Amino acid sequence: MNEMPNIEQATDMTETKISANKVQVYYGDTHAIKDVDIEIQPRSVTAFIGPSGCGKSTFLRTINRMNDTIDICRVEGSIRIDGEDIYDPKVDPVQLRAKVGMVFQKPNPFPKSIYDNIAYGPRIHGLARNKAELDDIVSSSLQKAGLWEEVKNRLDEPGTGMSGGQQQRLCIARAIAVSPEVILMDEPCSALDPIATAKVEELIDELRENFTIVIVTHSMQQAARVSQRTAFFHLGILVEEGSTQDIFTNPKDKRTQDYITGRFG
Amino acid sequence: MSEHTVSAYDEELTAMAGKVAEMGGLAERAFADAVSALVTQDHELAKSTIENDERLDALHQEVEMKLIEMIALRQPMGQDLREITAASRIANDLERVGDLAKNVAKRAIAIDSNLKSKKLAIGVEHMTELALGQLKQVLDAYTRRDAEAARRVQEADAEVDAIYTSLFRELLTYMMEDPRVITQCVHLLFCAKNIERIGDHATNIAENVYYMVTGDRLPEDRAKLDETTGAV
Amino acid sequence: MTETTLSPEAAEKPAKLPFKSKSLYEVDDLTRKRNAAEKRFKTYGMAAIGVGLFFLFVLAYTIISEGIPAFTKTIVEVEFSLTQEQFDEAEGQLFKTKAYEQIFIGALQGQLQESGVSVPFDATTIERIVGKPGNTIRSFFTANQDKLGGPAAFELAASSRVDGYMNGRVTRENMTDSRFLQKTDLDLVDNLVEAGVIKTVFNWNFITGADSGVDNPGAAGIGASVVGSLFMMLVVLFLSLPIGVAASIYLEEFAPQNRFTDLIEVNISNLAAVPSIVFGILGLAVFIQFMHLPQSAPIVGGLVLTLMTLPTIIISTRASLKAVPPSIRDAALGIGASKMQAIFHHVLPLAMPGILTGTIIGLAQALGETAPLLLIGMVGFVARGYPDGFIAGFTEPNSAMPAQIYTWAARADFAFYEKAWGGIIVLLVFLLTMNIIAIILRRRFERRW
Repeated sequence: MNEMPNIEQATDMTETKISANKVQVYYGDTHAIKDVDIEIQPRSVTAFIGPSGCGKSTFLRTINRMNDTIDICRVEGSIRIDGEDIYDPKVDPVQLRAKVGMVFQKPNPFPKSIYDNIAYGPRIHGLARNKAELDDIVSSSLQKAGLWEEVKNRLDEPGTGMSGGQQQRLCIARAIAVSPEVILMDEPCSALDPIATAKVEELIDELRENFTIVIVTHSMQQAARVSQRTAFFHLGILVEEGSTQDIFTNPKDKRTQDYITGRFG
Repeated sequence: MSEHTVSAYDEELTAMAGKVAEMGGLAERAFADAVSALVTQDHELAKSTIENDERLDALHQEVEMKLIEMIALRQPMGQDLREITAASRIANDLERVGDLAKNVAKRAIAIDSNLKSKKLAIGVEHMTELALGQLKQVLDAYTRRDAEAARRVQEADAEVDAIYTSLFRELLTYMMEDPRVITQCVHLLFCAKNIERIGDHATNIAENVYYMVTGDRLPEDRAKLDETTGAV
Repeated sequence: MTETTLSPEAAEKPAKLPFKSKSLYEVDDLTRKRNAAEKRFKTYGMAAIGVGLFFLFVLAYTIISEGIPAFTKTIVEVEFSLTQEQFDEAEGQLFKTKAYEQIFIGALQGQLQESGVSVPFDATTIERIVGKPGNTIRSFFTANQDKLGGPAAFELAASSRVDGYMNGRVTRENMTDSRFLQKTDLDLVDNLVEAGVIKTVFNWNFITGADSGVDNPGAAGIGASVVGSLFMMLVVLFLSLPIGVAASIYLEEFAPQNRFTDLIEVNISNLAAVPSIVFGILGLAVFIQFMHLPQSAPIVGGLVLTLMTLPTIIISTRASLKAVPPSIRDAALGIGASKMQAIFHHVLPLAMPGILTGTIIGLAQALGETAPLLLIGMVGFVARGYPDGFIAGFTEPNSAMPAQIYTWAARADFAFYEKAWGGIIVLLVFLLTMNIIAIILRRRFERRW
C-alpha cells in the first residue's frame, strides 16, 4: 500500500518540494487568496514579494497551516509537500509544523535562556534521548545559524537580552533545531539594521544547501539578493513567478514591472 | 508607462534620456561635419569639429556620473534598470562615435590635398550617408522607444559593411597602381574604417535600444560582411 | 475657508508661500495659552492627589487613634495568698463567691496600706471597678488547690467604664452617676493607679481571643474571626484560582467564537457588577437550604465568596492572557508545539504576574465583604471559640473579620465601638500582608525576565 506513493514521492523530490494548486484563502467573507498555483523547488530560496495586504504572508502561513489558529480563516485547494496534501484530514498540523518551520517578522525568542530557546523544540518533539544529545543539537543549531561563536559562553543568559539581529538568528537556530525540511520566513529582516540584515541574508544563503526556504519580504533588493526564484503577489493573486533575474530585469507582467520599479500608487 | 511614486525619479530619468539624445545630436553633427570636411577639404570645419568633441566628452562624463548616482540612490529595477544601463552603453557608443568623427576630421587635415578621385569621395560619401542614416534612425528609435525600428537599423548594417569592403578593394587597387598616393589612400582607408566602425556603434545602440524596450537580446544572427579581414 | 483661499499655483508650490520667520526668543500668544493650560492641568492633578492624600491621612489617623485603645486593657493587679483554712471556710459558706470577694477586698486594702494610700471603699465600689472578682478567684483555687498557702497574683480586667476612664473616653465631666460607675469611684481608681494596682497593658486577648458576651466588652477578641476569615480565604483561593484560570484559558484560547461564548463573556462581565448581597442570597438558597451545608460555616462563606470572586479573577486573567504578545504564541506554534504546550509552557508563565494580581485583588475584595455573610449566618453568630482541628475549621460555625467588626459596631456598649476600630486595624494588617505576599510572588515571576 505504501509503495505507490513512495515512488511518486521519490520522483517528486527531484523537481518540486511544495506544490500549490488552486489555493483559495477566505477570511470570513473576504477572498484573500485567489487561485494560487505555484511550485517550489527543494533546496532553494523562493521569495514572495508584493505590496502590503497582497496576501503573500497569508499564503506563506497556509504552507505550515499557521492560519488554522485563526477561526474565520478557510483554505481551499491543495498544497502538497513531497506529494502529500497537508490539508488532508489525516494530517495533524502540529506534526506538519515540525516539518515546516517558521521564522517571524519580529524576533520572538522565548523569555528563557538561549539554551532553552533552542532546546525547547527538540524537547517537545523528543528528538534527544539525553542531555548530551540535546547539547549536541543546541550547539549544532547555533553553529548552523552562525551564532555559536557569539553565544557559546553565555548559553544560560536570556535570549531576549541579545541584539535584534542575534535574536533573529536565534529564532532561525530554534527553527533549525527541530530539523525541518522547509523553513518559512515572514519578513525576517524588517526589524533589523542593514548589518544584521546582511548576516541573516548570508545565513539564508548557507541554509539553502539543506533546507527549502520560502521568504516573504518587503524589500525587493533583499528578494533579489537571497532568492533564486521570486513570486509577485498582488491583490491576492499570484501575478508572476519566475527566476529572480527575470523578475527583476525583465518582468513579463505590467503589474510586476510597475511594482518593482516603484510605480505603484 | 505610468509614473513613479517618487516623481523626482521620473524627472531624473527624463533628464538623463534628454542628455543622451543631446549627445546623439552632437555625435551625429560631428560625424557629418568631419566627412564633409574630408570631402571638401575644409580645414576650418575639421578644426571646429575636433574642438566640438570636447563638449561631447564632457556631456558623456556628466551622463555617466548621473547614471552612477541614480543606480546608487534609486536602485533601479526592471524597466528602469534596463533604461539606465542602456543609456550608459549608448552614451559610451556615442562618445566613441564622436572620437571616430574627430579622427576623420584629423585625417581630413592630414591629407592636405584634393582627393585623388571623385569616385573615391563618392564611395566615402555614400557610406557616410548610410551610416549617418543608421545613426539617425537609431537615435530616433531610442527617443521613441521603438524596438522594431532598432531591429531594422541592425539589419541595415550589412550594407555599410558591403560598401566598406568594395571601397577597401578600390583603394588597394589605387595604391598598387600609384605608390605616391599610398599616404592619401591609407588615410582614406582609415576614414572608411572609422565610418564602418560608426555603423557598428549604431548597431550596438540598436541592440541596446531593443534590449531596453523589450528586455530581450536581439538575435545575434547578422552575418559579418566585413570581408576585408579575409581579403588581406 | 482655507480651500477657497488656496489657489492652484499655491498648492503646486507650497514652498513659495510667503513665510515670515519669527524669532524663537519671542513666545507667541498661542504657545503661552498652551503652556498656561498645561500648568493648570498639572495643578488640578496635584490638587486631586492632595485631596486623596488628605483623606487617606484622615482615615489612617482616625482608624489608628480610635483603634489603638482596643489593643490595650486596664487590669487590677492584686497579689495575696489564701490559706487552706480560708479556702475551707469560704467553701463552707452559703454565698461562696461573696466570701472570696471579702478576702479579695481585704487583700486589696492591705496592698493599699502598704503603698501608703488610704481611701475607704466598700464591696459595691469594687464590684463597679472590677466586676465580681470572687468567681474568678474561686475557680482558680478550686482548680489549683496546690497553690493554696502560697502567694498568687491576680490580674483582673477592669470594667469597661474604668477602661474608658483610663483611655480618656470617660471623664468626670461627661459621666453620670449610675449603677455602673459613680464619680466617687474615680477617686479610688486614681489612688489605685497611683498605688500601681490599676495599670494599662497590651491586650493580647484582643488579637488571640474570641468574642465575648454583650456585657463583657473587655474580654472580646478577634482571633477566632481571623481564623474564620483565613479558612474562608483558603476555600476561595483553592476554588476560584483553578476554576477561574481554567475558565479564562478555555475562553481566551480554545473556545470558538460564537453567540454562545459571547453570551458567556457578557454574563461574566455582568456578574462582576452584581451586588454581593445577591451572591449571599444565592448561597443561602443553594448551599444551605438545598445542599444542607452547615450554617455559619467558613466553607459556605468561602463558596459564596468564590462565586463573587470568580468574575474578577476571570476578567483579570483573560486580560493578562491577552496582554501576552501573540508573537510568543506564534513562536511556539511555529516550531511545532501543540496549542496546549504553547499556552502552558509560554503564555501562562508570562501571564502569571497579572493573574496573581487579579487573584489578590479578588481575594482582598472577598476578605472585606460583609453583605453575603449576613445571609448565610456568619454575622449573627458570636464566635466564642476556636475550631477543633483543620477540618472543623471549615465546617464549624465561625465568624469572619468584617462580620465580627459589624457585630461589634452594632452592639450597645460603647466599649465595643473601639473594638470595632481595632478590628479594622487587624483587617487592614491582614490585607497588607496578603498584598505584600502578592508583590513578592509577582517579583519572583517577573524576575524570570
